Amino acid sequence: MHDRLAMTLQDDLTNRIVQDQAKGVLIDISALDVVDTFIGRMISNTAAMARVLDAATVVVGMQPAVAITLVEMGLSLPGVRTALNIERGMALLGKRHYE
Amino acid sequence: MNHHDDANRISMIIGKYQSELLEDWVANLKQQMIRFDAAAEQATRRHCSQLLELITSALRQGEMENIEIRSWDEVRHLLTEISQDRARQGSTPSETAIFIFSLKQPLFTRLRAEHAQKTELLADDVWSITTLLDKLGLFTVEIFQKSRNQIIARQQQELLELSTPVVKLWHNILALPLIGTLDSARTQVVMENLLEKIIETGAAIAIIDITGVPTVDTLVAQHLLKTIAAARLMGADCIISGIRPQIAQTIVHLGVNLEDVITKATLADAFVVALQRTGSSIHRNHTGSKD
Repeated sequence: MHDRLAMTLQDDLTNRIVQDQAKGVLIDISALDVVDTFIGRMISNTAAMARVLDAATVVVGMQPAVAITLVEMGLSLPGVRTALNIERGMALLGKRHYE
Repeated sequence: MNHHDDANRISMIIGKYQSELLEDWVANLKQQMIRFDAAAEQATRRHCSQLLELITSALRQGEMENIEIRSWDEVRHLLTEISQDRARQGSTPSETAIFIFSLKQPLFTRLRAEHAQKTELLADDVWSITTLLDKLGLFTVEIFQKSRNQIIARQQQELLELSTPVVKLWHNILALPLIGTLDSARTQVVMENLLEKIIETGAAIAIIDITGVPTVDTLVAQHLLKTIAAARLMGADCIISGIRPQIAQTIVHLGVNLEDVITKATLADAFVVALQRTGSSIHRNHTGSKD
């Protein structure tokens, strides 16, 4: 994932949330094996944007190496909900939906 | 007079008295070493004679100011081997240094006999030999220290691997009993093990038991919080258990913020919470139990 792509993703995501009136967003980053501070902030910001648009956000499938790197960089994504895999993430979103 | 001549002359003297030097050297060592059985004597004698041989041939190349150059390669190689051997067998650094330094006295005795009338030459040679042997001695101590450090590093690594088990307690529940002080290197290993295991078992809750952690200071707390944050990023919640009364006091006095983390006094309490969270429960079987 490079920086330009991440910016495009934010654009697309916010547009689609508004367009589809989505109530939940699942960000799967299982294919992401390298992160830097920029991407770390990007994940955090993307989740925050989705929340502002009133869509519950769950980040799923983070690799151990990515988690360690983010924590070492001090980006522990406070306020972002996480799950191990897509099933768990969907379960979390579903539970939230009925609350 | 240049170094080349010095080196050549000394090499000739050593060559001339080689067998006597060897005897005196070994005898000297015998006196100074505490443990010196027959096997050790044999090995030492072999090392001494090899070393004398190599020093002589290195000196013949005409350089004794700098032992880092090519003509001293073989001497350094042998010394490295000897020091590493000694480090493994648990000799002290001084014993290793004495090995080289006890060659001085026999050598000076021979020099005195050789240069009986020529005091200036004697002083010169004594000085060059002292410098040379000091350098060789320092070299052995350095190698000795280096191999010791290697041994320590290896043992540390082994300890690390031994002391960070992650066990599966129940379906979706992991336990991580920590024993000993948490430093940053260990935290790294703990974190990696825990995260790998979370992926492997798909666990939703990890219980970090710190019963075996002797003290919790701000740094250790920081490391714990990091581990918890990393596990949370992977979608697993953490519970800290096994907090002893003194540690609870220290944590509060230090102002460490553990408010976002579930903490329990014992592993059993933590396990019950974990079971509730994952939708399981324990029942006491009334018919079967007596107490």
